[in-house]
Amino acid sequence: FVGVGGGNDFQWCFSQVKGAIDEDVAEADIISTVEFNYSGELLATGDKGGRVVIFQREQESKNRPHSRGEYNVYSTFQSHEPEFDYLKSLEIEEKINKIRWLPQQNAAHSLLSTNDKTIKLWKISQRDKRAEGYNLKDEDGRLRDPFRITSLRVPVLLPMDRMVEASPRRIFANAHTYHINSISVNSDHETYLSADDLRVNLWHLEITDRSFNIVDIKPANMEELTEVITAAECHPHQCNVFVYSSSKGTIRLCDMRAAALCDRQSKFFEEPEDPSSRSFFSEIISSISDVKFSHSGRYMMTRDYLSVKVWDLNMENRPVETYQVHEYLRSKLCSLYENDCIFDKFECCWNGADSAIMTGSYNNFFRMFDRNTRRDVTLEASRENSKPRAILKARKVSTGGKRKKDEISVDSLDFNKKILHTAWHPKENVIAVAATNNLYIFQDKIN
Amino acid sequence: MRYSYQRRTCAIARAKMFPKGTKRKFSDSREEPVAGGEDVNQSSLAAVRMLSSYSLQRQSLLDMSLIKLQLCHMLVEPNLCRSVLIANTVRQIQEEMTQDGTWQIMTQALSAANAAAQCSADRLVATEVLCRQTEAAQGEQVPKPFPVVGSEGCPAEEVLEEEEEAAAAEVGMTMSTVSPQAPTSYLPGTFGMDPCWEEEETGEDDDDDDEEEEEDSEECGSGSEGEERERDSLVEDTRTAEQVFGTFEIKNPAPSPDPALEELFSDVDASYYDLDTVLTGMQSVPKMGPYDLLESLSSHGPSPLSSSTSCRSDLNELDHIMEIIVGS
Repeated sequence: FVGVGGGNDFQWCFSQVKGAIDEDVAEADIISTVEFNYSGELLATGDKGGRVVIFQREQESKNRPHSRGEYNVYSTFQSHEPEFDYLKSLEIEEKINKIRWLPQQNAAHSLLSTNDKTIKLWKISQRDKRAEGYNLKDEDGRLRDPFRITSLRVPVLLPMDRMVEASPRRIFANAHTYHINSISVNSDHETYLSADDLRVNLWHLEITDRSFNIVDIKPANMEELTEVITAAECHPHQCNVFVYSSSKGTIRLCDMRAAALCDRQSKFFEEPEDPSSRSFFSEIISSISDVKFSHSGRYMMTRDYLSVKVWDLNMENRPVETYQVHEYLRSKLCSLYENDCIFDKFECCWNGADSAIMTGSYNNFFRMFDRNTRRDVTLEASRENSKPRAILKARKVSTGGKRKKDEISVDSLDFNKKILHTAWHPKENVIAVAATNNLYIFQDKIN
Repeated sequence: MRYSYQRRTCAIARAKMFPKGTKRKFSDSREEPVAGGEDVNQSSLAAVRMLSSYSLQRQSLLDMSLIKLQLCHMLVEPNLCRSVLIANTVRQIQEEMTQDGTWQIMTQALSAANAAAQCSADRLVATEVLCRQTEAAQGEQVPKPFPVVGSEGCPAEEVLEEEEEAAAAEVGMTMSTVSPQAPTSYLPGTFGMDPCWEEEETGEDDDDDDEEEEEDSEECGSGSEGEERERDSLVEDTRTAEQVFGTFEIKNPAPSPDPALEELFSDVDASYYDLDTVLTGMQSVPKMGPYDLLESLSSHGPSPLSSSTSCRSDLNELDHIMEIIVGS
């Protein structure tokens, strides 16, 4: 099994599952993004209904030393509402496309959440104390009659039930003509970038009425449009460097010091196509759905339809590692094109040590790859394996004619159960997996 | 109506070209007056010779792709990435078909059918180009999105036309007509989206585009438009691409270069575009933007444009109308 360091006795166990159990899934409850904050103490999810739910990890209890702290709901708020563009008679979805946490600077927590058009900065603060014994007003808040005040007292802080409130502090609107697919906080903690299908903009966190356009791939004549931006991310350490991926399977690394408009990339990453496997679907499956820098900043990982690739930033002509996620789908591409599954955008993530990577698949399967041992495992997020601390069993999809006992055949896979969003705790072996409207949390079993 | 006759002849030509059906299918098509004559037969023989399962697969992929592009995306803007990828796939197929000659055969068959139906290829392009607003402008029944034959994966769509296969055929056929002149010009038409506001270059065109917008949002192409609109649509053909891809642009409520629009929005707070505000500021300028929409849709009650005092009282009316448009 796979894990940090890849010890032989490493296993994943079920920890928690959040969300409704019943079969009828409300569209609004479908989780559309999952993200741990920098410490891993908070876990945020966004859904199609425009809501953000933040879970907080409880302190480890002495009673149950073997089970790590559980994640419980910390705050829930409506981040985005549906809007209607009357001019074009089109709806603007409230679905949260991405959430990115800001580094914590004071007692409050801040995050950026975005739908297709508008990015919002939310501040989540908690109060668990209140002051009592004011001089000028009484407990109801009404002003006291000054003549009645005969003595002076110092207000005291008393504990109260914890109250968490989220308030929108900044709204970054009207900067994107096309649908926003990515946001990424810069390492300078002052700026962030947002990317839509054709443009990338750079914002200052304090300034909402303007942004800088740093990439624009819109052709003068829209008839010539053949490529769009699919994802973008800031480098984790170099605040002048960012990358963006395209629907043609290329990644461009740009240096903002080179020019105001980063139309000419500093580096261009593309793997030459294998002519023997060329088909009408080659371009579609090469389209990159997610790009993530490693924590070290030395590598980046891209996800296309069938594989995950790790790139060394110093080598542009091919990835250093390629992992097949579900190669058995290659012969089914026509059906997957027909039912639109071929356009599903899977995300991928690194573990804290950059030694393992994880990504989702169909049938509520998700895959993990250990970069050191080159071992991989397929696990499933399902209610059946939901007993506390139950060890997750490795799953296997049978590709040949003969199907072994515990294997599942390709044709039995449920393509409606797709795991598009996963997240790995920045420091520990805790993972969050979004399966439609349920959020599964798994952690490693300490032996 | 001449329009549906053209489509039927295209269907016949197509059926003859790829006779994968049973005898019954063949005899069905024979019931219709065959407008191709000998030419169609000769080209269809050549096509049959070229038939292979690969060609059929490729053709079905092409049909599937075109239909995906044509699907009625009513409420939410379609995914641009997906559309671009599908369009690129279509382009790839078309290039390959051009190389192995299949494309030319389709073109010939179509021309033969056209000639027989006594209409010019240009006219066919104009009327049948896959841009929904063009068809709507014709005042014709817009072929609703239809499932690909044999494809269960496509989302269920309303089927208005009986000859749904014919529509698919015609879609394929029109591409062939366009391609010799401009290989990519048909592609944007396949998106069939509402015209972008910025494409309305002159004040007088606004009426037409507004009508189209209204019709599109009604999900129904029927209207009372006449010949005038057909001529307009011919002109609009050349910029269908811009319109289609252009619809992905959201107009910020900033003043547009159009002087009529500037006047319209001059006393409106540009930072908050709200129908209420525009409505109240609009009373002096009769036909612009959604007001055509309102006028033609409102079947009862006073027009919201009658006076500023009645504007507020008619907001319920407006909500009701909006509901109709949105189709909720």
